[in-house]
Amino acid sequence: MLKVIESAVPVACWSCSVAYNPSTLFCPHCSKIQPSSGGDYFSVFGLAPALDLDLGMLEHQFHKLSRKLHPDRFARATDNEKQWSLADTALLNDAYRTLKDPIRRTEYLLKLQGAEIGEEHAGKDRRDPSRVPPDLLEEAFDLNMQLEDMRMAKNTGETDSELQTSLEQAKKKFSDMLDDVDSGLRAQWQVWDSGDETVRKESEKKMVSLLDRRRYVNNLVRDVTETLGD
Amino acid sequence: MAEGRVVGIDLGTTNSLVAYMEGEKPVVIPGVDGSNLVPSVVALDPMPRDGNRPTVTVGNSARRALIETPERVIYSVKRLMGRGLEEVESELKFFPFRLADDAEAGEVPRIQLGEMRFTPPEISAYILRQLKRNAERFFGSPVTQAVITVPAYFNDAQRQATKDAGRMAGLEVLRLVNEPTAAALAYGLDRAKEGMIAVYDLGGGTFDISILKLRDGIFEVQSTNGDTHLGGDDIDNLLLAVALDEIHAEHGIDLRRYPDAVQALRMEAIGAKVRLSAEASAQFDIELPNGDRYQREIPREVFEQLIEGVLNRTACPCKQALADAGITPEQIDEVVLVGGSTRIPAVRKLVDDLFHLSARGMKPHIDLNPDEVVALGAAVQADILAGASKTTEEMLLLDVTPLSLGIEALGGTVAKIIQRNSTIPASATEHFTTGVDGQTNVAIHVVQGERELAGDCRSLARFDLKGIPPMSAGLPRIEVKFLIDADGILQVSAREQRSGKQAQIEVKPTYGLTDEQVETMILDSFDHAEEDFAKRLLIEARNEAESILAKVEQARSNPVWGQLRGEEIAVIGAARDRLAATKSGDDVNDIREATISLDRATQRLAELMMDAAVSSAIRGKTMETAGEELGNEEVTAPHPMARAEFK
Repeated sequence: MLKVIESAVPVACWSCSVAYNPSTLFCPHCSKIQPSSGGDYFSVFGLAPALDLDLGMLEHQFHKLSRKLHPDRFARATDNEKQWSLADTALLNDAYRTLKDPIRRTEYLLKLQGAEIGEEHAGKDRRDPSRVPPDLLEEAFDLNMQLEDMRMAKNTGETDSELQTSLEQAKKKFSDMLDDVDSGLRAQWQVWDSGDETVRKESEKKMVSLLDRRRYVNNLVRDVTETLGD
Repeated sequence: MAEGRVVGIDLGTTNSLVAYMEGEKPVVIPGVDGSNLVPSVVALDPMPRDGNRPTVTVGNSARRALIETPERVIYSVKRLMGRGLEEVESELKFFPFRLADDAEAGEVPRIQLGEMRFTPPEISAYILRQLKRNAERFFGSPVTQAVITVPAYFNDAQRQATKDAGRMAGLEVLRLVNEPTAAALAYGLDRAKEGMIAVYDLGGGTFDISILKLRDGIFEVQSTNGDTHLGGDDIDNLLLAVALDEIHAEHGIDLRRYPDAVQALRMEAIGAKVRLSAEASAQFDIELPNGDRYQREIPREVFEQLIEGVLNRTACPCKQALADAGITPEQIDEVVLVGGSTRIPAVRKLVDDLFHLSARGMKPHIDLNPDEVVALGAAVQADILAGASKTTEEMLLLDVTPLSLGIEALGGTVAKIIQRNSTIPASATEHFTTGVDGQTNVAIHVVQGERELAGDCRSLARFDLKGIPPMSAGLPRIEVKFLIDADGILQVSAREQRSGKQAQIEVKPTYGLTDEQVETMILDSFDHAEEDFAKRLLIEARNEAESILAKVEQARSNPVWGQLRGEEIAVIGAARDRLAATKSGDDVNDIREATISLDRATQRLAELMMDAAVSSAIRGKTMETAGEELGNEEVTAPHPMARAEFK
């Protein structure tokens, strides 16, 4: 179910010279593997950019494409085909990894749309102070103080049950906040997928700030869990 | 098949095997001695008087040299593969090998073996060459392509070292397959199953846990974890340490000063470990150099207490793998046990607890021999790659990278670019720029591991991006593409985007051999001469025949000959006469059959000689005397007269 992308310019197959659409990874005429044209992750699956994806369908397509593209199928092929199989499969795997995860998928789509967002999964700028949601500033400051106290108490072997309870409450509170952010994001998926250009731009802005908030709260939850845990 | 067969090889810490797909079933190819397992032991034969390189022996006969000439033998070399000097030094505390004294930091360490020095990939290449020969002997045709298994948790350098070893042995390595995944392939072949499988693989030197999802013939690894420094060797070392300490304390003898005695004691320890899997207790009973006896009863409970720490180290990787796959133990539908160490009852109990098996009325799968299952799976993968079989055409393995790939960022922190457990091949594209006006070089340090600081991760390579057109600082935009291929090995390419120039990359692998070095280490290039193949097979078969005949002749003057029964001597005599008559003929198969039957006839004799050698080594006899008793080794063929299994 590879969908034709409108802007695609036909190119000739290296093997049979028949023109084909470069957004597919196979020649429709002779079925030979083709070098990837570097399309976006959605186009790898023959999809237009969208947020509310059918994951079962995505997995099915992933398996189907893997069977055709994987280097195991080209172990005795020409060097060119081997190289293309490797690059195409890497693209397929990168695409599947990104699209199957709701947060990575949202981040990816927003980036495609030109939004500037922090990268939750790249391990970079995990604590960019400019991105602290204003309404959380005070609470987060208090929480960090408590976490510091807790770590010191643990180091000296003391138990402070009041602090413990307070941190457990904070953990619950922030975990709930995370759930709220996630349902907010899911709601925006629908908005974006069915909206027109204007609606989409508005929705993208909301999602960017929801993702910032999510990243921040997620770090807080992780810190509390780690401090309570060990 | 025009292109020849693709074989599957399990290059193990303790034993190695080669297997192939016979129709719809994977089978292990036996060596000339009829044994499926080739001990991963390499011995250097005595220096020939003509000044040529000494020949190298692999397998059971090399194993026997462990007692005769321990300084010319190496085993468990897999533990040293792809490791740097410091790592090898710390590893060698537990093994009687020496590093070459001219070792330099940054070089691949070389092991001193007699008067020669070998890198770990060269040693492994000798084992691979033996397996290749066994397969060629079996098929009667050349074998040039193989799938080789590696621990799932092997890093880039360890994988590269394994591939290098294949090349040195004259094998094109079509794919490196992770051992637990291979095991899952072997199990998944005859059952059209769907579900989650956990493979728990505790081998001689490494531990792996992999979680796979099976669906429509696709084996999709969800997560993997492990420890490349954990296995049956560690258990042997624990038992050995207890015995050595007790002997020191009770008898005042520091046996560590006698390498041959330590080797003999190690074999006792291995024997005791193996017996303890079936029996409630095992004994050490050894005569010491001063005539005292060291006698020690080891009840299973004591053994289990001793090894508890080692076994518990497998629990954490299992929990992490479950967490990374995003599932609970209850969601695991089947557990497969792989590796000889999973025969230990305490290991089975631990696995049962980890995956809540008994509680759910389940048992782990042990129906395939845990020593062979990885090789069988490698044969299945070989068949998939050969691409001409109905049995495997629907099967596909999607594996993952065990460790995250990262780049050293400012302040020595790590920016992860490919997360662990990403399906491979996987890629990441990063952009780099310059910090100074007119700068034409950018250095990139790539690391592998999960820690936050580059210094705590494993250094993979340093890249120098050269030839960047001089521009104002921050203006060049260099795109670097990192790609982990289907073998789990990193490839890198770069391009400067503003000028469109392909940037030059100079790669300095932190550990490992250069292409040129590998080239010079390729074993016996004559091995590839296919036209001589039939001739070579005949020569090898005759050499094997000569060698076993010579051994039998020598053994007649050995004191243990007198322990043989009359009918045993008669059987040996008949087999010897048959071989003597066949060996001058041109029929390779006849010679081989006669060799095998003489080998079988002399099995008990070999065991008696082995026992005698072990006890004489323990008593502290000189190596020369022990050597005379056993006869000298001069052949490269796997020698048949020491068949005892090495576990």
